[in-house]
Amino acid sequence: MAIGKRTIRVDAYDKVTGRAKYTDDLCDKNALVARIVHSTIAHGYVKTVDTSEAERMPGVVKVLTCFDVPNRPIGTAGHPWHLEAAHRDVEDRLLLNRHVRFYGDDVAVVIAEDDVTADRAARAVKVEYEELPFVLDVREAMEDGAPQLHEEFKNNILGHTSIYKGNFAEAIKEEGLIKVEGWYDTPLVQHCHIENPVSYAYMEAGKVVVVASTQIPHIVRRVTAQALSLPWGSVRIVKPYIGGGFGNKQDALYEPLNAWLTTQVGGRLVKLEISREETFYATRTRHAIRFHLTSYVRPDGTFVARKFAAYSDQGAYASHGHGIAAKGMGAFPQLYPCDNLECDAYTVFTNKPVAGAMRGYGIPQAMFAGEAHIDDIAKALDVDPLEYRMRFVMPKGYAENFSMNVNYADSFRECLEKGMEEFDFKRKQKAYANQTGDIRRGVGVAVFWYNTGVWPISLESSACRMVLNQDGTIQLQMGETEIGQGADTTFAQMAADTLGIPFKHVHVISTQDTDITPFGTGAYASRQTYMGGFAIHQTALQLRDKILKHAQTLTRMPSYNLDLVDGYIVRTTDGERLMSLGKLATDVLYSMEYSEHITAESTYQCNSNAYSFGCSFAEVEVDIPMCKATLIKLTNVHDCGTLINPALAEAQVHGGMSMAIGYGLQEKMLFDEKTGRMLNDNLLDYKLCTTMDHPDLTALFVENAEPTSAYGTKSLGEPPTCSGAPAIRNAILHATGVAINETPITPHVLFERFNEENRFERLKEEQEEMQAQPVGAGAR
Amino acid sequence: MYDMKALYEAESVDHAISLLVEHPEAMVLAAGSDVFIKLREGKLAGREFVSIYMLDEMRGVTLEEDGTIRIGSLTSFSHIVESEIIQEFIPVLADAVLMIGGPQIRNLGTIGGNTCNGVTSADSGATLLALDAEVELKSPEGVRIIPLSEFYIKPGVVDLRPAELQTALLIRKAAYDGYIGQHFIKYAMRNAMDIATLGCSVNVKLSDDKQVIEDCRIGFGVAGPVPMRLPQAEDTVRGEVISKDLIEAFGEATKHDVNPRTSWRATKEFRLHLIETMAMRCLTESIIKAGGVVE
Repeated sequence: MAIGKRTIRVDAYDKVTGRAKYTDDLCDKNALVARIVHSTIAHGYVKTVDTSEAERMPGVVKVLTCFDVPNRPIGTAGHPWHLEAAHRDVEDRLLLNRHVRFYGDDVAVVIAEDDVTADRAARAVKVEYEELPFVLDVREAMEDGAPQLHEEFKNNILGHTSIYKGNFAEAIKEEGLIKVEGWYDTPLVQHCHIENPVSYAYMEAGKVVVVASTQIPHIVRRVTAQALSLPWGSVRIVKPYIGGGFGNKQDALYEPLNAWLTTQVGGRLVKLEISREETFYATRTRHAIRFHLTSYVRPDGTFVARKFAAYSDQGAYASHGHGIAAKGMGAFPQLYPCDNLECDAYTVFTNKPVAGAMRGYGIPQAMFAGEAHIDDIAKALDVDPLEYRMRFVMPKGYAENFSMNVNYADSFRECLEKGMEEFDFKRKQKAYANQTGDIRRGVGVAVFWYNTGVWPISLESSACRMVLNQDGTIQLQMGETEIGQGADTTFAQMAADTLGIPFKHVHVISTQDTDITPFGTGAYASRQTYMGGFAIHQTALQLRDKILKHAQTLTRMPSYNLDLVDGYIVRTTDGERLMSLGKLATDVLYSMEYSEHITAESTYQCNSNAYSFGCSFAEVEVDIPMCKATLIKLTNVHDCGTLINPALAEAQVHGGMSMAIGYGLQEKMLFDEKTGRMLNDNLLDYKLCTTMDHPDLTALFVENAEPTSAYGTKSLGEPPTCSGAPAIRNAILHATGVAINETPITPHVLFERFNEENRFERLKEEQEEMQAQPVGAGAR
Repeated sequence: MYDMKALYEAESVDHAISLLVEHPEAMVLAAGSDVFIKLREGKLAGREFVSIYMLDEMRGVTLEEDGTIRIGSLTSFSHIVESEIIQEFIPVLADAVLMIGGPQIRNLGTIGGNTCNGVTSADSGATLLALDAEVELKSPEGVRIIPLSEFYIKPGVVDLRPAELQTALLIRKAAYDGYIGQHFIKYAMRNAMDIATLGCSVNVKLSDDKQVIEDCRIGFGVAGPVPMRLPQAEDTVRGEVISKDLIEAFGEATKHDVNPRTSWRATKEFRLHLIETMAMRCLTESIIKAGGVVE
């Protein structure tokens, strides 16, 4: 069996030796290069673009502007197409925009023969604007009279949904209730994948071909074809290995633009690789969401009524839009069930970079607010926050009506128990209870809610192809994409086991080519293993049936007495190996009577979802005068069902924890209030965590096999990044007694909050008191 | 591919100077860890450069006969960290440059580049100032040696004359002899690959009985427009008996010396709070390293 083994990744050797080819490695070095000219105002109209100086430069091939592009607005979100127009993404931007809506919007493009010329020419393009007032704050953007970004969305509200249950107003009349409320703020952050978005485009045989670093080749084909008003079959997208995406590449970024560029230069090869700075301000971000949470609890801790309000900062264009805030809100009533609820989520346009999908899709934000709030409730009640969660977090057997998800096992308590023990949580909690001095330690915990895939909101469909070679090995092709997470390896493990061949006999074709690869919607929503699993399972059984039918012919044994085990045709009655699969494949292919190229291909549509739960434990050391919180230890515990590959699962969790550390302590996109320009659009000023900012990371698992899944799995891609930040926040609260309701908890924030709570003065008083006590007084 | 008009490779210090005379618009290019970033941003696009990177005569740390520590301007940070001379006499400089960037940048970046940039956040600046470092400069007019404190003029501007090259940094024996208490604190928003919010370097010379601070020097980066010394803070403790109150008075005195500004990287109030805190910690650690006790 391959499943459950710490198998080495199928792409490990190629990737560590540098042999693996990424988009830029594959691009012909003679390609023309494109550079985008971005707007230098936050809001307004382009009046004129003077391209004359740029066009005169030797080596400049063409300069195209917002006045040249097709007048066909596109929706860029990486969602499956919907047959009903009402469920489709908002189409609100052109390939280049005359109405610019954020500092950095795309205005013009230079195509040149080399990088230096392209840079010089891009700097020489002169854009004249008619400036409009702009708004950066999400609450201000909702006010009457605020600058409007899109005419059809009044008060800039892209989406507003609600969850109401019971009777909140009545319920809070109960006597003796304790009210806990707070504002919780999460920042705009960026994915910071290593490989910046890059594509190259050319025309061949009447088609537009785009090779791109994307998570979603089939969706990018659809969006590109729509943008260029081409038949979908006239666009071909190829996705080689990619250097990370984390949701940013779950959007049609610049692939449609580049596809159009090649059509403007006679189909010549054009490379469009953007810089780190552009990646920051001109691709996608994680929505900054402001929350206001209110809970009415009885003195025994039971929830009586709760209110939830979320204001999600969409930035300038719709992209994934309201889905993020809606998902965050959806978790709220489920995590700590309560009979009386009033929940509202708003998604609001502002003149900032565009928010899209990013690992966690609303849940890291919602967990920061929700789990900080739980610690605030525990503090108000003076109870242990871990015990509080143990009592009130979603019980075993909880069923949810929309997703039809069921909490089959007692995942939360099992994860909390396991983590608590490994972390030595109780002992530390006690030991750090009454500290004095400049430097103090604290421990905190937070749980997270997650699900798997996007059913029933969107289509969940995946196709798989298996082709048998003469030696008994197979090619495996999936529409689902390897984006660094290790999907190809787990696909091979699952295929090997269901088919009955050794793991090494599965050759995964990592590249997706929409002309060749079966349909799949791509890597997002932590769906690859769950969704891909169904398609692999179904296709492997079909291939196995075909093989065993031929085995019957060749061995003269009935196929129901035959099995395929470890690459051999085995007689089940006595376990005898009758022939190798390789011999069978060769005999069948070259047979003069019944030659067949044995293949199988199928589509699986799934109509299910699956809960995936867990928690984080954090230990911090806070240096109060220095305003620094250092993470000492972080442990994540996940119930993601059966582990296909424990080593890859751990790696996935470590990566997610790393993002959670940055989210909790360091990362935030900053903007100039006067211009709307991003201030820290580089990796020096944007404080992505370095190795030196990480403690040792511990990943633990509880394996409750998921009954809806082909292989017992549920999501693990995004969950690891969801609960780390609130656990860190709660640890800082434990260490210092200071509740910090915003993330990242940087030294700036600590300075402000310690000042507000007079912590510096208190330290001095404490020291003076200690000095006033006679030395050795206790030693008598 | 970089947007350079021309690159002239110097074969000796004298050759470099004559190239600079010949091409007065040219910039000096050492390891390029700052220049290439600016080039990439288009800020130095189309400029000429004189590369001095191959000039090994400007590399290395040596102890001269009079006890002067001579650090060639092209000496990399990694080289400084590894140098036995630095480790023995002025380990605080190794501590300071070890906080620069990451391993790759430290292998590349040079101490000369770090000082000639004239930026207040340069990690070597505070320590070199606190060690009374001097700068050796060579031009067609000959060699001149000036204190580093006079070399810094304003942000991004140092006292380099036309066709003049910084060839070495010098630390005199009197500046380190007996100053065995040395400490450096870099304050940044992350633990590597970061620009300093503040940098503080202190060294002290204690009396034989370790009770009195005979001398104390403190240098700060980012406390003002260029790296600076804090004379009033130094005066507060010089010749005084070590005590907790003295450390606090030292911290208090820093406010009279510094003038940090509010930027989006940090507010003035936060920087002032940190300057006081860091100065006290750095002095305390220096005293302890010198064998003194603070209680």
